Amino acid sequence: MKRLQIAAAELAFIALTLGALVAHSAPTLPRDSIYQLDAALTDQAGQAMRFSGLRGRPRVVTMFYTSCQYICPLIVDSVKAIERGLTAQERERVGFALISMDPERDSPAALKKVMDDRKLDPSRWALFRPAEADLRALAGVLGIRYRALSDGEFNHSTMLVLVDAEGRVLARTEKIGSDPEFLAAVHAAAAG
Amino acid sequence: MGRTAGLIAFALLAATSAAAGEDTSGWATVPGGRFRSALALADAPQGSPVVRFVMMETPVTNRQFLEFVRANPRWLRDRVPTALAEPRYLSHWDGPTQLGNRSLPNSPVVWVSWFAADAYCRSSDARLPTWTEWEYAAAADATRRDARSDPAWRERILAWYAEPSVAALPSVGNDAANAYGLRDLHGLVWEWVEDYSALLVSADNREQGDADELRFCGAGAISTSDRENYAVLMRVAMLSALEGANTTANVGFRCARGP
Repeated sequence: MKRLQIAAAELAFIALTLGALVAHSAPTLPRDSIYQLDAALTDQAGQAMRFSGLRGRPRVVTMFYTSCQYICPLIVDSVKAIERGLTAQERERVGFALISMDPERDSPAALKKVMDDRKLDPSRWALFRPAEADLRALAGVLGIRYRALSDGEFNHSTMLVLVDAEGRVLARTEKIGSDPEFLAAVHAAAAG
Repeated sequence: MGRTAGLIAFALLAATSAAAGEDTSGWATVPGGRFRSALALADAPQGSPVVRFVMMETPVTNRQFLEFVRANPRWLRDRVPTALAEPRYLSHWDGPTQLGNRSLPNSPVVWVSWFAADAYCRSSDARLPTWTEWEYAAAADATRRDARSDPAWRERILAWYAEPSVAALPSVGNDAANAYGLRDLHGLVWEWVEDYSALLVSADNREQGDADELRFCGAGAISTSDRENYAVLMRVAMLSALEGANTTANVGFRCARGP
């Protein structure tokens, strides 16, 4: 009898340990998640994290750089337009992540300035400086092409990518300005 | 990481890999120089400097890539994240850790995505060469560092593109070494470069003038300054059409280190 009790106690202990382990390690990412890419990011507050730290809610992810005069302000405008197009409740459930293609100049302070100047709500917006060595790969999973020019500017394609909470791509758009289909996909993701 | 620390790490790694003798293909040094690409780069009309680097003498083989996936199971074809390699990744192997008739040990590995090639080079403490480094190295013939203006050299390279593909690729290293000691830059496979997605080439001028669908911001797409250099232009067209997760029957890679 005593033996049985010990065995039962051991079993209970094992179950507890396993439970604790499961609770402490996030479930495995799906194979088609863009967060499968291991990349280092630093946000506008100077907080370091891995790319997979973005999981947890649907997000619109894209790339930009702060010194860009021409199209990057339009990229921020496009994402803000999406934000405005959502209901208050939907807005609570999505995130907006902009990753710099100019990590050399886009320090957390430079990113913070854009957050402030453009009045981006930090509860759902985050701007990131990627590690230099991970930049091309990050652009790769997002489907963005870019080339650094000798004058410090960048020649780049534009792509907004909508991913679900686990990083699976739900929609993409190359359109600057409004894209009703893309907005519909964001609505759906925020509802789900 | 500081430059000194990087150099020391590099020196140590070079020493250990030489001791282990794992790089049967070897690495060759490519001295720096000034180089004018066959691409017309609006911001570098006079060419750009290339800093000395080292490069694998031959493309990475199936055997070498098999060792890599064994040591890094995340890159096995039945486990690899599909965001980083499409379903055809390593599909010419008989199994996840088994080569076959269509993937001979000494043939260059193909059906590899850019992400897989990048991971392979990182695991050897190396990196993919940049497009400029690749084009610079590939401009050489057996005796000259820049043979591009020689019509006979161009003809020889183009002849390969005209040949039909074969089921199993030949072994690496059969080609004569170029002036730097590099082999198979032409005539065997096409190769990934680090900045494959920097080659912003439009098929035509469709995107220009359409504000809603502006594809490229900035100085406009790359055009060509050397229309006769078809071999290089075909490579650029190929790379500019690929996404990082794509794999094909004739794109492989080699790694570089330095400067």
